[in-house]
Amino acid sequence: MTQASETNAYNFAYLDEQTKRMIRRAILKGVAVPGYQVPFASREMPMPYGWGTGGVQVTAACLVPEDRLKVIDQGADDTTNAVSIRKFFQRTAGVAVTEATGEATVIQTRHRIPETPLTEGQILVYQVPIPEPLRFLEPRETETRKMHELEEYGLMHVKLYEDIARHGEIATSYAYPVKVEGRYVMDPSPIPKFDNPKLGDNAAIQLFGAGREQRIYAVPPYTQVVSLDFDDHPFVASKAPHDCDLCGAKGSYLDEVITDDAGSRMYVCSDTDFCTGRREAGHVGRLGVAMAGGVA
Amino acid sequence: MGAVELGICAKGNEQPLFQVDGLTKYYGTRVGCLDVSFDLFPGEVLGIVGESGSGKSTLLSCLAGHLRPDLGSVTYDGRDVLGMAETERRRLSRTEWAYVHQNPRDGLRMGVSAGGNVGERLMAIGARHYGTIRDTATDWLGRVEIAADRIDDRPSAFSGGMQQRLQIARNLVTGPRLVFMDEPTGGLDVSVQARLLDLLRGLVRDLGLSVIIVTHDLAVVRLLADRLMVMKGGRVVEQGLTDQVLDDPQHAYSQLLVSSVLQV
Repeated sequence: MTQASETNAYNFAYLDEQTKRMIRRAILKGVAVPGYQVPFASREMPMPYGWGTGGVQVTAACLVPEDRLKVIDQGADDTTNAVSIRKFFQRTAGVAVTEATGEATVIQTRHRIPETPLTEGQILVYQVPIPEPLRFLEPRETETRKMHELEEYGLMHVKLYEDIARHGEIATSYAYPVKVEGRYVMDPSPIPKFDNPKLGDNAAIQLFGAGREQRIYAVPPYTQVVSLDFDDHPFVASKAPHDCDLCGAKGSYLDEVITDDAGSRMYVCSDTDFCTGRREAGHVGRLGVAMAGGVA
Repeated sequence: MGAVELGICAKGNEQPLFQVDGLTKYYGTRVGCLDVSFDLFPGEVLGIVGESGSGKSTLLSCLAGHLRPDLGSVTYDGRDVLGMAETERRRLSRTEWAYVHQNPRDGLRMGVSAGGNVGERLMAIGARHYGTIRDTATDWLGRVEIAADRIDDRPSAFSGGMQQRLQIARNLVTGPRLVFMDEPTGGLDVSVQARLLDLLRGLVRDLGLSVIIVTHDLAVVRLLADRLMVMKGGRVVEQGLTDQVLDDPQHAYSQLLVSSVLQV
């Protein structure tokens, strides 16, 4: 590689081995206690807080040279955050990268779970801004820890109650609180609630890293994850009531794209790899153009 | 008086609901409260009066489990409160106990609507049906004379008296048996105070609550309390039936306290 000399200045995957051991211990503890927020000594990373410093550290601690890494931001492989993190690990770890969900062994994600079902052996790493689901209801960290310890989660339902009282339905549409394995209430990071059902009983290991807040938590494979709701206002995994305009998919999460000043808009899959895969397989949506000859 | 007779009858054939024995709390070398003992029977209202710094708030905090006393024992319904696991004590304080703060801002969630405030304790003990929670909240707002159309307003939009009534509704919604009140009428003007006292008296009687009420306002205890404890310097200097203590105070400090009330 042309950047070999530059790369050699760093340890494999940027972090030193002691730091990776420390993070792996936190990850193991998190996997052993699903949904529990494990404190860890988060390091300064060469990117600003809010850009995925927690996820990057977890990914760095998980990576081995044989891994194939995929990075997505809001489902897309080609947005700034995804591109820069992918390039970061190409330079510092030299691992192979891919955009195909099925080929990746480690997937770092910001705000989405890929549409393609994950398989055993895959690791999904989430970037988490605020790990504490009770934070905006109870500002004191001492108190929220006590509430987790004693399973006092009534307050979480007060938030949902307020939603219904104000909007007539549970208006929380992302970072929708879940209960893991019947014990800990967890913030699934700001994924749309459409993705919540994929959290539970998933074959992959799901790891959550919050760099600024210095917390790691995890959902091991095939874990029960339940979205909180009321008996008479059950949880609904909502999405825009449209089909993808490029690939025609009916069941995927959609981005709304404004296309001119006259209010025209199109809906496209937020998962770019999923959408491309479908178009290559010959599916065409309302505004889509057939892809000639499959792979471009 | 009827209430007094009731209290006496109760003692004959019932077990005390709440027993305190030799309760002592020091702040370093200073005394918070010293060797306080009493029994509280079901349906009984105990007033604790005394000047500022007499240890009455310390005592109430120790009783409600907010502070850990240095010596003594507290028994609720045959259970040792101080020896309980924290989980159990907190469950107790969400279900069978209630605590009304002097400042409603301490007892309410100011960022949450009135209905959410009342519903919180229900949801904390497992209520998961929105319609039922809302109906119960509406019912309780009615009982404390808050109009049903204010259910979605935040407490910050309420007057001081309304906030205090909301706090009471929020506390009583789970049907507690024992209520701690710390100066519930403090900071309210006299006409609002009078209505609040009237409301409290009605609720206490209808629900058969046991109440421990701390106040420096003798009018409050005269109206509400069956029995009275007078505290000074962390000690109980006199206790007895309310009317007896107020009409015929024996201890010098009680005499001073009673004679200090302005007659209008």
